[in-house]
Amino acid sequence: MSAITELSKLKVGRRPVDPRERKAARRDNKAALVFLLPWLLGLLIITAGPMFASFYLSFTDYNLLEDPNWVGLENYLRMLGDERLHQSLRVTLTYVVVGVPLQLAVALFIAVALNRGMRGLSFYRSVFYLPSLLGGSVAIAILWRQIFGTTGLVNQVLGLFGVEGMGWISSPDTALGTIILLHVWTFGSPMIIFLAGLRQIPTMYYEAAAVDGAGKAKQFWRITMPMLTPIIFFNIVLQTIGAFQSFTQAFIISGGIGGPSDSTLFYTMYLYNTGFKDFEMGYASAMAWLLVVIVGALTAVNFIASKYWVHYDD
Amino acid sequence: MTTETVRIDRETERLATEPEPRPAPRRRGPRRPLKSLVKHLVLVVTGAVMIYPLLWMVVSSLRPDDLIFSQPGLWLSDVDLSHYPDGWNALAHPFGRYLLNSAVVVLGSVLGTLVSCSMAAYAFARMRFSAKTFLFAIMLITIMLPGHVTLVPQYVLFSQLGMVNTFWPLVGPNMLATDSFFIFLMVQFIRGLPKELDEAARIDGAGHARIFLRIILPLMTPALATTAIFTFIGTWNQFFSALIYLTDTDMMTVPVALRLFVDSQGESNWGSMFAMSIVSLLPVFLVFLFGQRFLVRGIATTGIK
Repeated sequence: MSAITELSKLKVGRRPVDPRERKAARRDNKAALVFLLPWLLGLLIITAGPMFASFYLSFTDYNLLEDPNWVGLENYLRMLGDERLHQSLRVTLTYVVVGVPLQLAVALFIAVALNRGMRGLSFYRSVFYLPSLLGGSVAIAILWRQIFGTTGLVNQVLGLFGVEGMGWISSPDTALGTIILLHVWTFGSPMIIFLAGLRQIPTMYYEAAAVDGAGKAKQFWRITMPMLTPIIFFNIVLQTIGAFQSFTQAFIISGGIGGPSDSTLFYTMYLYNTGFKDFEMGYASAMAWLLVVIVGALTAVNFIASKYWVHYDD
Repeated sequence: MTTETVRIDRETERLATEPEPRPAPRRRGPRRPLKSLVKHLVLVVTGAVMIYPLLWMVVSSLRPDDLIFSQPGLWLSDVDLSHYPDGWNALAHPFGRYLLNSAVVVLGSVLGTLVSCSMAAYAFARMRFSAKTFLFAIMLITIMLPGHVTLVPQYVLFSQLGMVNTFWPLVGPNMLATDSFFIFLMVQFIRGLPKELDEAARIDGAGHARIFLRIILPLMTPALATTAIFTFIGTWNQFFSALIYLTDTDMMTVPVALRLFVDSQGESNWGSMFAMSIVSLLPVFLVFLFGQRFLVRGIATTGIK
């Protein structure tokens, strides 16, 4: 079961506890504290503490060298007029809205093609899975930078067919596209999740449908898709959260500046440059909180929308 | 009892990794061979297009630089190994230094994650304590929380502790189970283990420490392996925090060293950059070869990553 379904099923209510049980529960508290200690320390020192601190810093002009001064809502108001911030949001949203569904569609397509106990399945699975392990590395970003460069592999191959290439990365129209393509290239891990999901659809559904004369297409849309919707939903939610924070690939491919003409200025890259190049830590903290709000809002929208298309058995 | 868990484990793995032998529907008659041929053709072409850039990078790293710009093929007329020593020595330190730095960070992160996450997971899966539901929900939420929101104060914290340009900012959080995804993965796994085991041990007078160390931990090795492998790959590729905390060339890990390489050599030295990129991908590739089973199972059973 996934973390998200788990989260949505958590019961808030309190059940009546008989005294003996309560005593046992108390006895466990000390031992539990020992087991949970590393995690609790991490939660306090690495996660919760810094979260509150960054919330405070987002209302200051902190620059790492001097003490922070309270500036009220100034950082948040500045966002309204910050053209580069708007550009970075446009870039990131484009990446998320195009890249995530495209990657999942390819993953689903390949998973369905691989599903029916076919020959060479494990070989295909390995080939499709490998890029998703390598895709997050700087090395692959370097490769991408060469492939889509002016004298890169893509243009060399196009040249064989007499097609004149272009600078895919140096042109603002296509630079983001190459990064989206890199995201799609790593469709292997959602594919594995879909494969596991497909296995869990009872074969009798297909048999019954076949007896009733339903064709392959109809079986796919009436059985496979509805049964997979919880997994698709889960993937959309997590991939959206992840894609909104992507950084490495665009950073390496654009040489750390998000160019050409800010066409690959991802939100996290702008945040990094604001905080760690210009040392505007207060503004960077405000940007981080905007990121949390946006990611939270997108997740909420996903959950609300899911009521209309996700099919749950229970 | 042990055979029981092994059986459960095999079952999960079978579900995750093997094709279900499914009786072919009778309707698909004579058209089947052609259809299957088309399907294989589509898969082979897709796979080839995906893997081709990787193969081309390997071949190009063995070619003189001028051919990298003119040879889209994989045919290697004469092998030029010079890119490897050139790339190895192109930066302030030999590349081995960065590999070693990365290895230290990876080792610390893997061990830290295994110990801290398995302890927390045991507590969530098998113990009763106050505010458990609340803490569990917090744990699930932190899986999805964007890390950037803690970035600036964390940096201030680590720099005030004098830990910038040490490995602590990269390894320390892992020792404190901050990658809570793995807690979740292990909780799921422990929940699948039969409870009778711990109950029998408890009747024999074993405490939680003993049950955890002697019973649960040995049984959860598949989950530990999955965690170790994911942490290995994630830490090996870790770029953002290394970029922020490791600015001194002595301390750089492989990803930041490669980035420095790109920045200093620009577009001129592709052969050497490819060579070191390949060196940096090798450990991940080896893990993929030998640990794919655990990766696939980890993904399939939890549905993340």
